[in-house]
Amino acid sequence: MSEATARPSGTADKGPARAGGAYQKLLAFAGLMVLVAGFSLASPSFLRTDNIISILQATSVNGVLAVGVTLIIITGGIDLSIGTLMTFCAVVAGVVLTWMGAPLPLGVLAAIATGALVGLVSGTLVARAKIPPFIATLGMMLVLKGLSLIVTGTKPIYFNDTEGYTAISQGSVVGRLIPQFPLPNGVLVLFAVAGAVAWILGRTVLGRYTFALGSNEEAVRLSGVDTGRWKMAIYALSGGIVGIAGLLISSRLNSAQPALGLGYELEAIAAVVIGGTSLSGGRGTVLGTVIGALIMSVLTNGLRVLSVAPEWQTVVTGVIIIAAVYADQLRRRGAA
Amino acid sequence: MNGLVRMEGIDKRFPGVHALKSVDFDLRAGEVHALMGENGAGKSTLMKCLSGVYQPDAGRILIDGQAVALPTPKAAQDLGIGIIHQELALMRDLTVAQNIWIGREPRLSFGRIDEARQNAEAAAILSRMNLGIDPRTPVSRLTIAHQQMVEIAKALSYRSRVLIMDEPTAALNDAEIAELFAIIARLRAEGVGIIYISHKMDEIRRISDRVTVMRDGAHVGTVAAAETPIARIIAMMVGRELTDEKAAIPDLSAAETALEVRDLSRGPELRGISFSLRRGEILGFAGLMGAGRTELARAIFGAEPADAGRILVHGREVSIRSPADAVREGIGYLSEDRKHYGLALGMDLRANIAMASLPRHADAIGRIDEQALGRIARDYIERLRIRTPGDWQEVRLLSGGNQQKVVIAKWLLRDCDILIFDEPTRGIDVGAKAEIYRLLGDLAAGGKAIIVISSELPEVLRLSHRIAVMCEGRLTGILPGGASQEAIMELATQREGAAA
Repeated sequence: MSEATARPSGTADKGPARAGGAYQKLLAFAGLMVLVAGFSLASPSFLRTDNIISILQATSVNGVLAVGVTLIIITGGIDLSIGTLMTFCAVVAGVVLTWMGAPLPLGVLAAIATGALVGLVSGTLVARAKIPPFIATLGMMLVLKGLSLIVTGTKPIYFNDTEGYTAISQGSVVGRLIPQFPLPNGVLVLFAVAGAVAWILGRTVLGRYTFALGSNEEAVRLSGVDTGRWKMAIYALSGGIVGIAGLLISSRLNSAQPALGLGYELEAIAAVVIGGTSLSGGRGTVLGTVIGALIMSVLTNGLRVLSVAPEWQTVVTGVIIIAAVYADQLRRRGAA
Repeated sequence: MNGLVRMEGIDKRFPGVHALKSVDFDLRAGEVHALMGENGAGKSTLMKCLSGVYQPDAGRILIDGQAVALPTPKAAQDLGIGIIHQELALMRDLTVAQNIWIGREPRLSFGRIDEARQNAEAAAILSRMNLGIDPRTPVSRLTIAHQQMVEIAKALSYRSRVLIMDEPTAALNDAEIAELFAIIARLRAEGVGIIYISHKMDEIRRISDRVTVMRDGAHVGTVAAAETPIARIIAMMVGRELTDEKAAIPDLSAAETALEVRDLSRGPELRGISFSLRRGEILGFAGLMGAGRTELARAIFGAEPADAGRILVHGREVSIRSPADAVREGIGYLSEDRKHYGLALGMDLRANIAMASLPRHADAIGRIDEQALGRIARDYIERLRIRTPGDWQEVRLLSGGNQQKVVIAKWLLRDCDILIFDEPTRGIDVGAKAEIYRLLGDLAAGGKAIIVISSELPEVLRLSHRIAVMCEGRLTGILPGGASQEAIMELATQREGAAA
């Protein structure tokens, strides 16, 4: 999606640079609508309130992860450690809350801080030690997977003693106001994170440099910008967001499951790609990523409602990823 | 008349730009037809229409008198139209022969490649060009000049009867240019039609038969090269006569010293360079390719810091280990390669102009003041006369001269008062050049201290108040402005002892 690329600033909403981006966003959104329409025609239960809520709930963890990694992908990097980092952050929350008996806010803070710290380490490896992001975060992915298992002794940590922990994701502030539509808090968290990141990307110096790094890192460096520092900040921010995902998933499971995590990174990257963000950097939007994550959960849910076997759901998801990127390529060729 | 190519009424529009306005162009067999015009005049767009990259909105293209459709570059290639790009498109790790035959290798059974035949046919083409290159040499081991000739060989291997050359001599030295021209002469004698895009007047006079000038997307005129004075061609390009001014040398004896470099060294590339630069002064750096001028600029700017030596800015010693350090001291660097080192091409003018000074235009939480930046960007667009539909335009869509102005704006906004220009007019056409020269003069008059590195002696002479000359990593002398070309060349070739 070139919208935020061409005009990450966006005060003057005009000019040819804008038209293509709006069109692409429309395309992803139209794809989502087609899926929703198709499934609701195929099964009357698809559009029921409880099913819609369950789709949104299922989107929250992957959506938050995907929004976080969107930042890194726009710089032209990649982060393969987000899945196991999410688990590690959940484990840290478990240690702080269950084993140490600390109050809830402290556990929340610990999880987010852990994510940001690990992100900072990855960012340092990439920016200062000049290790390619793929390798640095591949290593980090394995390190974190091992650490989670070591810390927990491979056993889950349950949050039974922490009052209100499950409410982070499962409770519903909205439901208290509108009982007919008990939207879980996890979905609100996704919207809040997405809104915040979209704001950062569109309005702040950090956001502008995120696009600039992905567009031409050497030119940014030769503009006298300490590119390493900004890159580290971006990885740390992304890590903090992964910490939030760790809270969401452990809240939903009421436990930190140390064996979980591997595979989530690819689901998140898939959502980013479906949303039109370029893996070569410089282009991408948060809204696109959220739509991408929604497309993935609508697919999974819809196919399940239609009683398609889980094996086939995976195949279809794969095909959709390729089709989405292909559609984007076609559009770009048309625009050139 | 032996008409090989005719383009009639070619019209092409892009969003916001009418790139080609009903342009006519023709090429005869066995002629070198120079295509000239300022950047943004439409030369490249016209050639992209001829080579199947763009589709014209109106008009028709005839080859041998037959109207043809060129929907793809391949279609153009099949009709014998070959293009040699300014940026070389070779696979560096493959051999010369492999590059020439890429995509249509002679086959043996089971899909094996007939390397022997491939090498033999490549050798035949190379010898037709009178080139002594072994077709089995990896391209990465060839000089840029020879890589370019491999591109030409590749085009010839498609039995091209039309060759489009886009600034083929930009990276070549005099001997290499002579070699290239000899090849062009051979091809012309064989009846190949050559369209030659260049900004260098002397080259045009040397090799071309006719010259077509374009301006603002329109065909201005086609003239015989031998009979038309250069001043007339330039006037056609810019729409007015240019005078060949020399720099007026101001009295700077009272001016403050802005930059002082003492014994700057790095490996064999830079050896004990010392000089000083005053406010309001333009110090030109002359020298041959590889003399170490760009290396010096990058060392002062911290892009590749020096190993030894001292740098003083406004009399205060500073430590410059990175571009960030240099910019903090008010030093800006404009690379010869704007696209790779100066601009984020996919971003708009506003973002590029603000690239070095974003944090200054943001509040405590990092929120950018877009309104102010928009105002600033539009102000620079006006002051530097950047031709663009607006500050939201992606800089990749600007011409070279206008891109250069965006980089200048970036450093002006950052309040840099020491500016290092590395080949400030590379790839920029005559009219825009004059504008850049005037801009540099204005900047110096306004108190900026300016270093200009240029491989074009007339440019150095035209701009510089003093001229520093380098050879093999050493500063061999500093001459007063207006020095003779002979004096500069003598210093530029003053090698150390018997070495090298």
